[in-house]
Amino acid sequence: MDDVPIESGLVLASILFILGMIGVLTRRNIIFMLISVEIMLNAAGLAFIVAGAKWAQADGQVMFIFILTMAAAEVSVGLALILQIYHQLKTLDSDAASKMNG
Amino acid sequence: MMDLLWLVPALPFLGALVLILFGTRISRTMVAVIGVGSVGLAALITILVGTTFISSSESSFNLLLWSWIDVAGFSPSFALHLDPLSLIFIFVITFVGFLIHVYSTAFMAGDEGFSRFFAYLNLFVCSMLFLVLADNLLLLYLGWEGVGLCSFLLIGFWYEDKNNGDAARKAFIVTRVGDTAMAIGLFMLFDAFGTLAIPEILAQAPQVWTVGSQTAVIIALLLLGGAVGKSAQLPLQTWLPDAMAGPSPVSALIHAATMVTAGVYLIARMHVMFELAPLAQQCVAIIGAVTLLLAGFSALTQYDLKRVLAYSTISQIGYMFLALGVGAWSAAVFHFMIHAFFKALLFLGAGAVILLLHHEHDMFKMGGLRKKLPAVYWTFLIGAASLAAIPFITAGFYSKDNILWLTFASEKGNVWFFLAALFGAFITSAYTFRMVFVTFFGEAKSTVTHRAGNLMTVPLVVLAILSLVGGFIELPHTIGHLELLSDLLSPVLPSVILRPGIASAEWAIQSISIILSLSGVYLAYYFYLKKPALPGKIKSSFAGIHHIWFTGWGFDVLYQTIFIRPFVWLSTMYKGDPVDKCYTGIVLLTDFMHRVFAKTQGGILRWYIMGLVIGAIFILTLGLLL
Amino acid sequence: MEVTFYIASAVAVYATIMVITRHNLIHALLYLVLSFMAVAVVFYILGAPFIAALEVIMYAGAIVVLIIFVIMMLNLKAEAVEQERKWLSRGIFIGPAVLSLILLVELLYVVTASGVSSSGYPMVDAKAVGMSLYGPYVIGVELSGILLMSGIVGAYHLGRQKKKIVHRFLEKAEE
Repeated sequence: MDDVPIESGLVLASILFILGMIGVLTRRNIIFMLISVEIMLNAAGLAFIVAGAKWAQADGQVMFIFILTMAAAEVSVGLALILQIYHQLKTLDSDAASKMNG
Repeated sequence: MMDLLWLVPALPFLGALVLILFGTRISRTMVAVIGVGSVGLAALITILVGTTFISSSESSFNLLLWSWIDVAGFSPSFALHLDPLSLIFIFVITFVGFLIHVYSTAFMAGDEGFSRFFAYLNLFVCSMLFLVLADNLLLLYLGWEGVGLCSFLLIGFWYEDKNNGDAARKAFIVTRVGDTAMAIGLFMLFDAFGTLAIPEILAQAPQVWTVGSQTAVIIALLLLGGAVGKSAQLPLQTWLPDAMAGPSPVSALIHAATMVTAGVYLIARMHVMFELAPLAQQCVAIIGAVTLLLAGFSALTQYDLKRVLAYSTISQIGYMFLALGVGAWSAAVFHFMIHAFFKALLFLGAGAVILLLHHEHDMFKMGGLRKKLPAVYWTFLIGAASLAAIPFITAGFYSKDNILWLTFASEKGNVWFFLAALFGAFITSAYTFRMVFVTFFGEAKSTVTHRAGNLMTVPLVVLAILSLVGGFIELPHTIGHLELLSDLLSPVLPSVILRPGIASAEWAIQSISIILSLSGVYLAYYFYLKKPALPGKIKSSFAGIHHIWFTGWGFDVLYQTIFIRPFVWLSTMYKGDPVDKCYTGIVLLTDFMHRVFAKTQGGILRWYIMGLVIGAIFILTLGLLL
Repeated sequence: MEVTFYIASAVAVYATIMVITRHNLIHALLYLVLSFMAVAVVFYILGAPFIAALEVIMYAGAIVVLIIFVIMMLNLKAEAVEQERKWLSRGIFIGPAVLSLILLVELLYVVTASGVSSSGYPMVDAKAVGMSLYGPYVIGVELSGILLMSGIVGAYHLGRQKKKIVHRFLEKAEE
């Protein structure tokens, strides 16, 4: 217990973040991309918590709450966008939404 | 009666206005009546005003019409100033102008731009009158530029021919050089006095500056620059021979009688300035002397009848400048007046010849016109005699003799000026009679179908009479001693100061000049009537000199080389906008980069995210490395 | 305790890998819930029980439910049948179930084992977080409120089906 090093927590946060990023990069389904973004946000939050735990301060948790708030807002807007895209394009393929290409 | 003075410039202006606005809608007769009538009435009023003025024994008369602006103590008035000097000028302008207008109705009868011609001509007369009547230098400058504009318009009157347009532009641009100098001079005058009113400046100048003061010299030289440009003196004389592209009445009115003498008027009007700046006055004399010789030599070699007269005009104005330069103010004005008569006569005569020979300018293709055109011949002969200063009977003799004598006798004159003037007189009579002999004597080389009408002949006759009797108002000491003109001008222009103990030499000088002018006539007679083959031989053996003289001493080539070529070169350089190339390059680069990066805007979300990730990795790597 | 951390970490990583590799959305979501749960355990171990609770309620609860709602709304017809078939296969549930069990065991251990909170990571309780949140971070709270508000408005605006509201005269004119 005492020996859980701070590095371990940060490593976990990094791994989760990278996995989320891989998800965003590899998946074409927009919902999957959104889920992956959630994972990344969560990983970032984890990093704050670890840091807060290290210094025994509440600030890390406060940051997490902010991230949580943002994630909630983001997911609601994102899902609304997904709904629109699906209605317009009849697909969830993000590559289909490429009308704005240069 | 004197209050009618404002009508003198106003009438031609009104005429020009009417002709410009309605010229195309009214009949040709009406155009002629308006065009000639306005100037004729102006001439009439001038005579009325003039007689009243002379009998009133006032030294000057000022008529304030209105004030232009009133800003920070600068309130140039729109005022006319009449004094003996401007009286002589307006008399010549309106009277000779009227005769030329009459002549023009016949000369331009068949021309499409009949009303346009008279509109320009009236506008010119108006501008010229404002120039000489101006009370202040601002109004003078208005007239100065006005005559420049009309000169431009009238030289390029037959604008369908590109050469005429080029000549008009050349005249405009070359005189512009002088005008710029003059404008700077006016600024400096305003800076020194806070006013541009001529009488005030003339009154104040001797108190502000001592003789030879640097500012005075600079201002006088700048004014001289303006005069040199307008009067086609060295080094700005190149435009006048080309200005002959205009119709002959234009050459007579603008480029012989009036406009080109505006420089003489300016210097005479501002004589106080030049007396305060002896250096500038000496420059006037030198320019006059050199110009009269150079132009005289050029006139000897020309084929074109009008170009001979053009160079002759330059040469004669050179005499006027010389007179001004030696302080013989009234002699210059005298010669101006007489020159206006006989040179207008010569130009009108030449115009008649050219017109009747269907626009043939080369006098070596004329010949033998003596019998076919007797009226033109006799009047032209009188004009030529006056120009050549044939003694006793012609007016030119008295005016030129006056200058010759004063060049020698004046305190400011010297023997070199005198020799130049004397030699110039010899050349003058030589080229004048060369012209007469070639054109009117010898065998006929062309056919003449009709003769000059009355409208042409009458002005010629009137001018011929003036060219004969005009000189009798000022007779030298040796013959009669009459000084009507000098007395008239004495309130305005100071009389010349003679070197002491020289008065007795006058008859000797006169004899020399008489001999020289007669020998010039004989030279022309010998070369062109007695031995017509001789000029060709001389020409071929001195081809180089002939070419230099023929081309006006190569000034055109010189200016072409040192001004026009570099300017054209610069223009062609900048035609491609080299400075702009940098900015165009930036634009092109931006455009190129835009196209490259637009490719990345593929609309594929994952690529964007990939871009974000790569950016993040890049920044992190940098952060770790540094 | 150290072991629980690593086990929870392992579960989280594995569940996350499963999330991003699933073909079926619902399966992925199940693994996602699992991943959040595992992270919640990690939070608990790190002395942040309040955040652990929030993680479960907000992420594993609210957000996932929201996503499920959307999936239901989308009513993916052709795929839905396919998905339905896949959902019924038992093999799919094994992975999440196993992982969940691991987490459960872990949690039980952590909760039952004494002296968790008095360990190297001191407990930072909800009170401290609240004091901090409404003390120095009050501006952040305000901004979060604005963010959420704009999120609601944005979601409403975007999620609304566009109805063609054309004036009757214009409609006629278009015909």
